[in-house]
Amino acid sequence: MAERTPWSLSGALRGMFTKPTIDANTWEDLEDALLKADFGPDVTDSVVSDLRAKVDRFKTTDPKDLQRMLRETMEERLSRLDTTLHLSERPAVVLVVGVNGVGKTTTIGKFAKFLATYGRTVVIGAADTFRAAAVEQVATWAERAGAAIVRPQHEGQDPASVAFQTIEFAKLHGTEIVVIDTAGRLQTKGGLMDELGKIRRVIEKQAPVAEVLLVLDATTGQNGLAQAEAFIQHAGVTGLVLTKLDGSAKAGFVLAVQEKTGIPIKLIGQGEGINDLTGFTPHVFAQNLVG
Amino acid sequence: MATFGNLSDRLAETFKNLRTKGKLSPADVDATVREIRRALLDADVALEVVKDFTGKVRERALGDEVNKALNPAQQVVQIVNEELVAILGGEARRIQFAKKPPTVIMLAGLQGAGKTTLAGKLAKWLAKDNHTPLLVAADLQRPNAVNQLQVVAGQAGVAVFAPEPGNGTGNPVKVAKDSIKFAIDKQYDVVIVDTAGRLGVDADMMKQASDIRKAVDPDEVLFVIDAMIGQDAVATAKAFQDGVDFTGVVLTKLDGDARGGAALSVASVTGRPIIFASTGESLDDFEPFYPDRMASRILDLGDILTLIEQAQSAFDEGEAMKMAEKFATDTFTLEDFLSQMQQLRGAGSIKKMMGMLPGMGGMKQQLENFDEREIVRTEAIIQSMTKAERQNSKLLNGSRRVRIAKGSGMTVTDVNQLVQRFEQAAKMMKTVAKGGMPNIPGMGPVPGAHGGRKQVAKKKGSKSGNPAKRAAEDAARAAGIKPDAAPVTAGGSGFGLGLGKGKSAPGAPSEEELASLQKFLGR
Repeated sequence: MAERTPWSLSGALRGMFTKPTIDANTWEDLEDALLKADFGPDVTDSVVSDLRAKVDRFKTTDPKDLQRMLRETMEERLSRLDTTLHLSERPAVVLVVGVNGVGKTTTIGKFAKFLATYGRTVVIGAADTFRAAAVEQVATWAERAGAAIVRPQHEGQDPASVAFQTIEFAKLHGTEIVVIDTAGRLQTKGGLMDELGKIRRVIEKQAPVAEVLLVLDATTGQNGLAQAEAFIQHAGVTGLVLTKLDGSAKAGFVLAVQEKTGIPIKLIGQGEGINDLTGFTPHVFAQNLVG
Repeated sequence: MATFGNLSDRLAETFKNLRTKGKLSPADVDATVREIRRALLDADVALEVVKDFTGKVRERALGDEVNKALNPAQQVVQIVNEELVAILGGEARRIQFAKKPPTVIMLAGLQGAGKTTLAGKLAKWLAKDNHTPLLVAADLQRPNAVNQLQVVAGQAGVAVFAPEPGNGTGNPVKVAKDSIKFAIDKQYDVVIVDTAGRLGVDADMMKQASDIRKAVDPDEVLFVIDAMIGQDAVATAKAFQDGVDFTGVVLTKLDGDARGGAALSVASVTGRPIIFASTGESLDDFEPFYPDRMASRILDLGDILTLIEQAQSAFDEGEAMKMAEKFATDTFTLEDFLSQMQQLRGAGSIKKMMGMLPGMGGMKQQLENFDEREIVRTEAIIQSMTKAERQNSKLLNGSRRVRIAKGSGMTVTDVNQLVQRFEQAAKMMKTVAKGGMPNIPGMGPVPGAHGGRKQVAKKKGSKSGNPAKRAAEDAARAAGIKPDAAPVTAGGSGFGLGLGKGKSAPGAPSEEELASLQKFLGR
């Protein structure tokens, strides 16, 4: 891969942290930097006023202190929730949901590989029966990750029935983890959102759902919050996956998502390679964000 | 939902404060500009664009070019509207075809923006215009992208050029180059090159895109961007402008509730026009982008033109005439009620349609609560009635109602409510058909939809001391007294809010339709 701009706020913040003292410009620069990183006006206001109060309290004028405080604030806010994946049931069923084009299928491929490196057996249910060639796409990923796959028996099959068959397969073969791919759907489509509820109910007839992962695209803006709220309501999301973090977007909106919904980020995707998926660690994330 | 619905709400809230004041002081302007800034940021408009935009609005609001005929709120709205239209590109631009075919169109954008789906939509749209498009599978990166394009091409009924299987093998530049020769040989007149999704920061991939551009020398390079994108829109758009120097922009996933500030950001930063909007998953959900309409939508003027077009295509003229006659002669039955409702549903999502009505931004809450499945339930109730009952609702006694409730899986209360609503509707329609103004119980008038008088009163407060505005209101009232039974064909472009009468005159989509909307809401 070629040289890439580092994924960090630090570029925007560098100038301001190397100045000798904190002045009015510092605050404006900080606000701009946060807004540009998609934190949104509400979170930005709260972070800035929080930091202003801290700076006043500690009577510091050194931007280095401010940088440290910003990093600590971010880390503290991000690490309030438990980020571990709970996959103890057998089979552990993971349902992957999200709007169109956020990278659900790619994430599933990487996730299967991620689990395989921990010695788990995985079966993928190709329940995206809507989009053209989605089944073939996930099949290619399954092959790369060395996971089994359950395909729909015919075109346009009810996704819930594919999910059902996948779990049957897992029970029959003693597969440890079931990952179900679903078609992308915009959160405003009531009918499609109901379909998710149905998939969930059908799965629960066979086995409890261990995790429902909502995939969010890092380039998304403030609409991310609306997406999260709708998917939580209809599919009972238990964790967030943040994709496309290898781009120039900073995904500041996840902070608002996490705080407003109480759903933690569990995985992050940073590239198109099969190993580009990692667990979420708040301090690394904050470190990368603030520099 | 209107794409910019949420932004409209914010601005409406801001202007409400302005409307109550007599004149514009610098402090007012500051407060308003702050609100506009926040609203735009919430709508994901890029920070630098917001700064630039609010700066201009502020300068003009405080400047000398004050129109004495408008009140302060109208002035600010007018300024904001003009600036929005200016950024969004003034008038709609269309695809430019090559003098000597084939016309080459290249698509580029981030991963997951919707390029492959768009390629299919574009091809279908062109095919409808008697072009012979050829889809070229130059996305050899993503697993089975080639396959997907083949399926999409099949759905659109167009040809596809896919010599390489993809999945990381093959050279997209060569595929693109060969496709041109192929198109000339086989006489396809438009070539649409679908490329792999790539990040703006990925230098290798941008180089590849630029190589593809050089190889095919396209007449149009369309940058496909997701309406949900946030602040990164600017960095990405700039990267693609440097990389492939796109000539136009396509905004996708506009059917979601993203506020779509990206439209403003990209148009403003790159100066490239937005040519198409993509609004759904079916291959037909694709339309040319109308900057003036979009600006009106931002300002909560509603997208009346689109609404009327949609309603017109769904409402059969003859059917409407028959219906009008039924109203007048009092033979409007539950069956008609049902078919009317089904027709309305044919016009697309009712929520979407209502979102396009001006002033609806303020009724957001009610819209949110409105459940589209309500119609399905209503259908179930009516279909559980016997033919005789449908034709004469007076037959419905207690035991019949219990039977209907059981048959449709609803409660007797639901059945009662439906019958009541139907009777009210029938009564109201009769009044309308006879040329009167309906008095709608429950909800009050839909602003901008029914006669001008109520709407103006709601929108601006009718006790205006401004003579120009009073005159406008009078004109609107005059226009509102005789509501047209058939949908009005309105020419022209977006409506400036400054023109009170402009809104009400072409407004009124057919009364039946609106009354039905009222009924649904009234529940």
